[in-house]
Amino acid sequence: MEIEMTILAFTAIIAIVSFVAGLLGSLTGLGGGVVLVPLLTLLFHVDIRYAIGASLVSVIATSSGAAAAYVREGFSNIRIGMFLEIATTLGALCGAFLATRIPTSALGTIFGAVLLYSAYLSRKTRPPAQRSLPPDPLATRLRLNGSFPDLGGERSYNVQHVPTGFSLMFGAGALSGLLGIGSGAVKVLAMDQAMRIPFKVSTTTSNFMIGVTAAASAGIYLSRGYVDPGLAMPVMLGVLAGSLLGTRILFKAETKSLRLVFSVVILVLGLQMLYKGLWGKI
Amino acid sequence: MPAAQAPAPQPQPHKWDDHRMEVILGNLLRAGVMFSAAVVLCGGCIYLTRHGHELPDYRVFRGEPSEYRTVSGVIRSVLNGRGRGIIQFGLLFLIATPIARVAFSVVGFALERDRMYVVFTLIVLAILLYSLLGSGAGG
Repeated sequence: MEIEMTILAFTAIIAIVSFVAGLLGSLTGLGGGVVLVPLLTLLFHVDIRYAIGASLVSVIATSSGAAAAYVREGFSNIRIGMFLEIATTLGALCGAFLATRIPTSALGTIFGAVLLYSAYLSRKTRPPAQRSLPPDPLATRLRLNGSFPDLGGERSYNVQHVPTGFSLMFGAGALSGLLGIGSGAVKVLAMDQAMRIPFKVSTTTSNFMIGVTAAASAGIYLSRGYVDPGLAMPVMLGVLAGSLLGTRILFKAETKSLRLVFSVVILVLGLQMLYKGLWGKI
Repeated sequence: MPAAQAPAPQPQPHKWDDHRMEVILGNLLRAGVMFSAAVVLCGGCIYLTRHGHELPDYRVFRGEPSEYRTVSGVIRSVLNGRGRGIIQFGLLFLIATPIARVAFSVVGFALERDRMYVVFTLIVLAILLYSLLGSGAGG
């Protein structure tokens, strides 16, 4: 498929695609960044490094733009967020340095694997939340335990397995720095599964963390010339507009079938990225 | 709270202070994002009116020229009225918003007299500043 188009047409199409990605990403809670890089590289033949730079910038915009809306609900835990950000920002630094050293085909392959994992995770049913776990001494010392508004009043929770969660968060940060994504899937793994943080608390806190994590690698990407203004402009504006619209209708829309569609899209993109990465076509 | 529910294992004296801090920070972040989006949009309009008819080329990675890679280079190209320089300035501002949030959190935790979290937050801030200024973008 070869169509000659001007920068104006190219910008308009990229903005529309980014808007849809941002909207679906926020409605399904799977994040828009994860589909943007494969769409830009596979469909628009953008070099993966420019795609990662543009996606990373849009990840910061979505996270910071939605922060006020999430905060108002009172679910996020600023202490958990700040403590784990030590791990994610360190990981992001390592990931960004690594990204400038490994071949693009390897980036594509890793990206494909992450997409497949995200698709799998989005179809998996969550185990029912345990109501009252005993407090963990380390989590208590770090003052990570908290409470959130639930049906019938405040519900308190005790954070578990802090070292495991912290290490997984380093991995999430590294992936974010390497691939220019929010890596929500790994963050959920760390907070939901390992640390046993209630789902609503972990998703909103993770949204808060994503922007800070992305900022840690964005400086490196900018200085290496990965952030192209002409490409980042429609991507950032489109994703931001889409995700802001998404958070407005988040709690009203029926997202179950939408989630299914979106995870199929992620699966297909993941297979393509894996194929092209392994065969060195990226 | 219904009587059947398990009693809270410990009191949460800092909860409301934290929440107020988060609300302020959340609004700050949103204002920052909206400002940078407006700047990017302005720069984008200038860029598209000047270069909209040309052909895009992102297939081959060349890396950006130094005027779009460093803080001083971006500021210079803004002063020269370049559309892409203005976009890049908006993006720089965007990258700075989460860093500002972390910097304000240091103050917030200090006001709560939470020394442990002041230290944690300072560590995060140091990593972020190193990335932005220490990696070459600061030049």
